[in-house]
Amino acid sequence: MKIRALTGNEAMAEAMRQINPDVVAAYPITPATEVVQIFASFVANGLVDTEFIPVESEHSALSACIGAAAAGARVITSTSSQGLALMHEVLFIAAGLRAPIVICEVNRSISSPINIHCDHSDTMGSREAGWVQIYAEDAQEAYDLTIQAIKIAEEIFLPVMVSTDGFIISHCMQRVEVMEDKEVQEIIGVHRSPYSLFDKPITIGPLDLQDYFFEHKRQQIEVMNQSLPVIEKVMSEFNARFNRTYSIFKTYKIEDAEQVVVLCGSTCGTARVAIDKMREKGIKVGLVKLHIIRPFPHKELIELLKSFKLITVLDRSDTMSTMGGPIYVELRSAMYGCSQHPTIVDYIYGLGGRDIDVEQIMEVLLNGEEIIKQKKVATPIGYIGLRE
Amino acid sequence: MKDKKGWRELPIGTIITEPGSAREFKTGDWRSQRPVWDANKCSSCLICFIYCPDNSIKIGDDSKMTGVDLDYCKGCGICANECPKKAIQMEIEKR
Repeated sequence: MKIRALTGNEAMAEAMRQINPDVVAAYPITPATEVVQIFASFVANGLVDTEFIPVESEHSALSACIGAAAAGARVITSTSSQGLALMHEVLFIAAGLRAPIVICEVNRSISSPINIHCDHSDTMGSREAGWVQIYAEDAQEAYDLTIQAIKIAEEIFLPVMVSTDGFIISHCMQRVEVMEDKEVQEIIGVHRSPYSLFDKPITIGPLDLQDYFFEHKRQQIEVMNQSLPVIEKVMSEFNARFNRTYSIFKTYKIEDAEQVVVLCGSTCGTARVAIDKMREKGIKVGLVKLHIIRPFPHKELIELLKSFKLITVLDRSDTMSTMGGPIYVELRSAMYGCSQHPTIVDYIYGLGGRDIDVEQIMEVLLNGEEIIKQKKVATPIGYIGLRE
Repeated sequence: MKDKKGWRELPIGTIITEPGSAREFKTGDWRSQRPVWDANKCSSCLICFIYCPDNSIKIGDDSKMTGVDLDYCKGCGICANECPKKAIQMEIEKR
């Protein structure tokens, strides 16, 4: 193990080098450009055996990845924002074909208005595509989760995207523990494909009408149903080997808490500081960091969250459904199945890279204390750092 | 529909494991007109064979036309239009 100073993008590129995928097809986009730019230099310098395909768009990038995966290759690509949007139709194809592709995704807002900074509207807009979606908090997690993503994808034959927050993680240099190349190869193991064009003759992607389409979709729902235990298994194997503590979500000081904050991505660090400061004032608050958004770990979250007085969700995107952000909408839907019905409120924050600080989160938590005291929610959906 | 396989029995990722299975997918069932071939008028020039977009003109071992494959013919009428001997007439499909 080596300790290095890496940005999130460098960490993901380093993980890719150690994975040494057979094929990488990618198109540059801010703030994810560096991931493949750095990786392309690894290819040019002969540090990897990868066939690098510079394509003309993200639609082509993911299409080329599907072709390579169908041939039995281990495949990775990287994108962000509009790039992920341009991949949108191909995302569904990759999932339907059960192609174990990994996308190193860097979260950025979606136009319009045009903006290059972080929010989660790009990946949250892909929730129905059938991909496993993992969110990283920092450069270390970006590195670790990229390696785990390969293993998860090839265990269950589903595509996986790992997301980091644009600029906040992707371009900030942090301390990263980097494993030996050999260790990474040992943990990911020999590449597994669901099928290969080089074996017996097969047809991939045929027309599938009223008589079988429904059955094939039901299969896909089933593999999503079965994926959570596989993700947990991969995470615990990784933890045991590299002394880490990954799980589908991570709790912080929730044991005696009355109010818990639920969120994902880089703001978790800011929120933990806010929690510590609140606890210095004697206010019992805790935090749940979500790593896995797809599949949505609803049963586990119900079990975890059912007995708190208040759940405060922080969403870095909105669903435009007038019902709040995606984590809030899904968590509320999940909690409907639990008899206790804790109060849940939502705050949209950080759209287009708007900064969020400790004091703002403390204010939100204080509002929460007021809600618990008054037993009344005036506005279930609020906004942090927005000018009225 | 009930005799078809359930979702648990299907191969992963919608793949088809047997080659040439498109042959079993009869695509001629939405035809509104059918070509009717008159063997007596036909000179087996095979212009219809060349023009048919779907390879639906059947030819025997002696390279002579033997009929139209209605399993795949969509009834476009190009064969009837091109036939120099007027040996193919399009008729309304009745089912």
